[in-house]
Amino acid sequence: MAGSTLVFEAPASRRSPGRRSPLRRLLRSPSGAVGAALLAVVLAAGFGLSFATPYDPAAQNLSIPVHPPSLAAVRGGVHLLGTDQLGRDILSRLLVGLRISLLVALAVVPLSMLLGLTIGMVTGYRGGWLDVALMRLVDAQLSIPTLLLAVAVVAVLGTGLAQIVAVLVVTGWPGYARVVRAEVLSLREREFAAAARAVGASDGRILAQHVLPNVLPTMLVLGTLHLPVVIIFEAALSFLGLGIQPPTPSLGQMIAGAQDLVWQAWWMPTIPGIAITLVVLAFNLLGDRMRDVLDPRLRGLGPV
Amino acid sequence: MSEYLVRRLAFSLTAMLGVITIVFALLHVTGDPAALLVTQDATRQDMERIRHAYGLDQPLSVQYARFVERVVRGDLGYSYRQDVPVTELIAGHLGATFELALASLAVAIVLGVALGMAAAVRRGSGIDAAAMTVALFGTSMPSFWLGLLLIIVFGVKLGWLPVSGYGGLDHLIMPAFVLGGFYAAQVSRLTRTSLLEVLDQDYIRTGRAKGLRAHVVLFKHALRNAALPVLTVLGLSFGQMLGGAVVVESIFAWPGMGRLAVQAVLGRDFPVVQGAAITGAAVFLAVNLTVDLVYGWVDPRLRSAGQQA
Repeated sequence: MAGSTLVFEAPASRRSPGRRSPLRRLLRSPSGAVGAALLAVVLAAGFGLSFATPYDPAAQNLSIPVHPPSLAAVRGGVHLLGTDQLGRDILSRLLVGLRISLLVALAVVPLSMLLGLTIGMVTGYRGGWLDVALMRLVDAQLSIPTLLLAVAVVAVLGTGLAQIVAVLVVTGWPGYARVVRAEVLSLREREFAAAARAVGASDGRILAQHVLPNVLPTMLVLGTLHLPVVIIFEAALSFLGLGIQPPTPSLGQMIAGAQDLVWQAWWMPTIPGIAITLVVLAFNLLGDRMRDVLDPRLRGLGPV
Repeated sequence: MSEYLVRRLAFSLTAMLGVITIVFALLHVTGDPAALLVTQDATRQDMERIRHAYGLDQPLSVQYARFVERVVRGDLGYSYRQDVPVTELIAGHLGATFELALASLAVAIVLGVALGMAAAVRRGSGIDAAAMTVALFGTSMPSFWLGLLLIIVFGVKLGWLPVSGYGGLDHLIMPAFVLGGFYAAQVSRLTRTSLLEVLDQDYIRTGRAKGLRAHVVLFKHALRNAALPVLTVLGLSFGQMLGGAVVVESIFAWPGMGRLAVQAVLGRDFPVVQGAAITGAAVFLAVNLTVDLVYGWVDPRLRSAGQQA
């Protein structure tokens, strides 16, 4: 923090050509580098390997149920990570489940961001009754415990892939809206906005050209920290039987299916659990580091 | 002080009205609320009866006014599956949720503050790195998975603790650890940041310079000043825990409100889901109101400050 020393340091001279880009700064720290490496592995597994799984993830083989992970072939096939109670290959299910988790997160985060950004920018810039009404709505929604709200929305929309995305967008947007609105409130009073207004720029132009670029770094940080939250929520809902439905495999569902077998099959809940933890860890590491690089003011704000 | 109190109270009440509005909107968003209020095997006559009984054939504004009025009176409807009023059902589950939330809060405080303090005091050391790694994993591990792992180890392999259900203190240990552990991870990171900032202040240096013992400086001077942001997060966490630890209650078959809500969704018992959402929000707002009022009392600066969200 600010120095207790009396010696004032000279401001570091700006080497404009050689100035480190945010990306370099992101990767220079151990946590950023580990996060990025982990993410690369996760993405390669989810969007590469999952298209070349050793078995059909839904194919049952009742002759080898609950088989432990092993390198040796059993009944003509190697099941590296074992099989579940229906003899389905856990590795194949894991890879496809991972892809689905990532797809859900990559759909939910941009959609929530877009919704929150639009509402936050418009209400923050315009003010008035619309602002008051929408912000009261945001306050109200944020007072319903998130998972309880998600469960209630599931009760209305039903379960399934599209529904789960909708549920998570509905629960996700207020966090963005609130932060964006606060930013816009201060940005619209700044000199550059006033100057643009003075030369006759329209509201839409001011928002797009002057306000939006200033909110984007914050959005990027919030989005990165929102990704792991979405992945955990999707897994939790699927675990509870309220998310993605069979035959589509999902990591949460795999853990739920293992619940009755924890007595004899430790690998069944352990393997998908490690996968979820690693994905979430990768995003958390990157998100934390990104916040420090791009927007230190958000420190301590926690996930959306 | 009284102006502050009135403002906070007004905020909570409008938020509560908003919550009721959201829940009302949820029921109507699909177009046919009657379909949500009946069981799957309902006949056309059943639907008509429901529509009439609930006034669903009335204009939307009338329905909304009636809905708000009913909730304000404390009437949350009737459970289809269990044949009892929703309020009664929720009241029967609130105790278990409260017990779990209280125990989890204790875990979050003790574990979180201890880890955060250890990390801040030994900044940059192995202890700091270890504590923050634990915290990072704590926020990254899904609670339902951590719960299952604990069940495997302590319930099944070692047989030390009961695997699920409601009962004595031994039933409470694992769920409280899983639920509290998640919040402990956040609390520890925040405690560390907050404490590091305070430890850099001049009055801490003065305290040390005049020869105060290290623990006096730490506990009396530093920790007290670092406590405010931590308290905020603890208050919010407690509200969330009380609002229904949906996942943790489900894994450990803990008979609280969160599990009630999940079972209600699975059993298509929508009035119970509605009731749980409204009650959860009411509890959350009540806890936050209390926390804010306690602050106003602890920290006089806040009383005059603008609206604290």
